[in-house]
Amino acid sequence: MSNQHTSTLRVPLVSEERTLGQLTEEICAPMERKPSRMWWVAFALAVATLAVGVGMVTYEVSTGIGVWGLNKTIGWAFDITNFVFWVGIGHAGTLISAILFLFRQKWRTSINRAAEAMTLFAVMCAAIFPVIHMGRPWNAFWVLPYPNSRGSLWVNFRSPLLWDVFAISTYFTISAVFWYFGLIPDLATVRDRVKGGLKKAVFKVLSFGWNGSSRTWHRYETVYLLLAGLATPLVISVHTIVSFDFATSVIPGWHTTIFPPYFVAGAVFSGFAMVLTLMIITRVVLGFEHLITLRHLENMTKVIIVTGGIVSLAYGTEFFIAWYSGNPYEKFTFMNRAFGPYAWAYWTMVTCNVVSPHLFWFKKVRTSPAAIFVLSLVINVGMWFERFVIIVTSLHRDFLPSSWSMYTPTVVEVGTFVGTFGLFFTLFLLFTQVLPIISIGEVKSVAAFARGSHAPEHASHPAHGSETPHEHPAEAPEPLPTPALAAVAVRKDMPV
Amino acid sequence: MSPSQSVLLSYFDSEEHVLEATRAAREAGYAVHDVYTPYAIHGMDEAMGLKSSRLTWVCFGAGLLGATSALSLQYYTSVVSWPLNVGGKPFNSFPAFIPVTFELTVLFAGLFTVAAFLLRSKSFPGSKREALPRVTDDRFVLALRADESDAKVKALLERHGALEVEQMEVAS
Repeated sequence: MSNQHTSTLRVPLVSEERTLGQLTEEICAPMERKPSRMWWVAFALAVATLAVGVGMVTYEVSTGIGVWGLNKTIGWAFDITNFVFWVGIGHAGTLISAILFLFRQKWRTSINRAAEAMTLFAVMCAAIFPVIHMGRPWNAFWVLPYPNSRGSLWVNFRSPLLWDVFAISTYFTISAVFWYFGLIPDLATVRDRVKGGLKKAVFKVLSFGWNGSSRTWHRYETVYLLLAGLATPLVISVHTIVSFDFATSVIPGWHTTIFPPYFVAGAVFSGFAMVLTLMIITRVVLGFEHLITLRHLENMTKVIIVTGGIVSLAYGTEFFIAWYSGNPYEKFTFMNRAFGPYAWAYWTMVTCNVVSPHLFWFKKVRTSPAAIFVLSLVINVGMWFERFVIIVTSLHRDFLPSSWSMYTPTVVEVGTFVGTFGLFFTLFLLFTQVLPIISIGEVKSVAAFARGSHAPEHASHPAHGSETPHEHPAEAPEPLPTPALAAVAVRKDMPV
Repeated sequence: MSPSQSVLLSYFDSEEHVLEATRAAREAGYAVHDVYTPYAIHGMDEAMGLKSSRLTWVCFGAGLLGATSALSLQYYTSVVSWPLNVGGKPFNSFPAFIPVTFELTVLFAGLFTVAAFLLRSKSFPGSKREALPRVTDDRFVLALRADESDAKVKALLERHGALEVEQMEVAS
C-alpha cells in the first residue's frame, strides 16, 4: 500500500499532481454532491430492469420451473449458464484486490475498491440462479449441514454441488470482509468530513473508531496482506469447484481435466472485461480520468490478451483431445458443437473470445477508451456464449439419438437474466453515490510519488482549524503550478 | 498504564517530515506514543520500533481450526451419524472432503483474523474514539510522551518541519 520503493523511471500512477487534501476532496466529491441527471437516468433504467427480474422470478417461483424451456434432455441451460457467467465476472475483482496486491502491482490502487464491489454484486446476482433453480427457494437452507428432525439427514459432502455451496458462500463472505476492511480508513475520512447529523452518526458507527494510529495501521497492513493471501487461493478454488459441477460428471464435453484452469482463466477474462466496462463509464461520469488513467485501462487490456490466449488454447486443446482420445462420443460432441444446430453460438463465442482480444495488440486500440469499451462488451457476450455452448451443446444430443432435443429460452428465463443486470447496476450506481469508490488511503500513498520528493508547500491547505467549506467539491480548490511529472505521466513510450 | 496520559502532539504536512521526526525523536530517547497518519507509511513501523504483528499466528491457528472442524464435521456426518453406501465407495472418502475443508480453512482464517484485529485495536461499531483534526485527510501527527515545557523536544520537532505543537490528554 505504501509506496517508497518505486523507481523514478516508472510512470506515476496518478497522472496529475494533487495534494493529499485535493485527493480527499475529489474522491469524496461524488458522495457529497447531488446525483447528476445522468445518474438518475441510469438509476431509473437499472431499477426498471430490476423490476422486470423481480416480476419474472416471482412468476417463476409461484408457478414452478416448468415456465423455463428445459426438457428431459436439457435439464440445465440458461439458469446455470447465468450462474457461471456472474460468478466469473466477480473473479476479476478479487484478482485485482488480492493477486495484484501480492504481486505489488500498485496500479491496482485506484480500481480495486470498485472492482471488489463489483465482485460482491456479481456474486449476489449469481447466487439467485441456483436458489431459484431449486424450485422451492424457501427450502434453500436445506443445503447446509444442520442437525434436523429427518434423521439427521445430512448433506452429501461428496457432491460438487455442495462444494459449490461452501465455495460460493465462503467467497462472498471473505470478499465482503476484505472489501469492508479496506473501506474502514476511508469511512473515517468521510466521517471527519461530514459536519453533523444522521450521516455523521452513520459513518461514525461504520468507521469503527478509526483514528489513523500507526500502531493500528501496522496491524492493518498485516491483516490486509493475510486476507489477500487467503483470497488468492480462494478465488482459484471457487471457479475450480464451479467447473467440477461439470467435470465430475460423465457427459462428453464436460468430463475433462482441463476444466478448472480453463474456467479460472475464462472467469478472469470476462471479469476484466466487465471491470473495463464499468470503469470506462465511471471515470468519465465522475471525472476520475486522472485517477483511473489510460494506463490502468491499458494494463487491464493486457491481462485480457493473456487470459484470452489461455481460453483460446483451452478451446483448441479440447478439440485436439476429442480427436486424440479416440472416444467417438467425445468427438461427436465437439463436431456437433462446431457444426451442429448450435454452431452459430459456437462461432459467436470463437469470434468474440478468440479473435476480438487480439485487437488489443494494437496500441491505438489499447489506448482508446471507446474501442476498449466496445471490445469489453464483445468479450462479455462471448464469455456468456462460452458457458451456453458448454452447457447446452453437451446435453442436447446425448448418447441416445431418440432423446435428442433442442433448447430455446423462454421469456421468463431471458427476463430473469436481464433482471440480474438491473440488480447489478442498481447496486453499483448506489455504491458510486454512498461510498468512496476509490481507495483514498491507497491512492494517497501512491500519489506521494507523483508529487516527487518536493512536498508542494505552496499548494497546501490553509492552517488547520479553519476548514474551508466544501461547496464546490468538483473544482480543484486552488490552481496548481505546472506539474513537474505530468508530462511523464502521459508519455506512452516508457515501459509500464 | 493510566487510563489517560498527557502527550505532546506535533503536526506535519508530509510523510517524509513525520517519518524523519519520528526517527529523530526516538533516537533522542523520547517514547513514541503513536503516529497518526492518513495512510500507511512505509518504514513507519521501523521508525517507531514496532515489532511485527502476532496476528499472523491467529490466522494460522484459525486456519488449522477451520480445517479440523471441516474434516470432523464431514467425518462425523458421512461415517458416524448416517453412513450412506454410494456405489461401494468408502464412507470416509477423504479426497472428496478436500474442497469443503479448504473453503472452511479460508473462511475461519479470514474471519478470526479480522475479529482479532478489531479486538486488538479496540475497534468496534459505536466506538467513541475520534481522530485528531485532519488526520484522516492530509495531516500527520506525531504523539510523543513528552512535555511542552521541554524546549529540546520542541526544537527537535520544529527542526523536522512541525507546523504546530500542542499538549493533549489522550486515552492510553
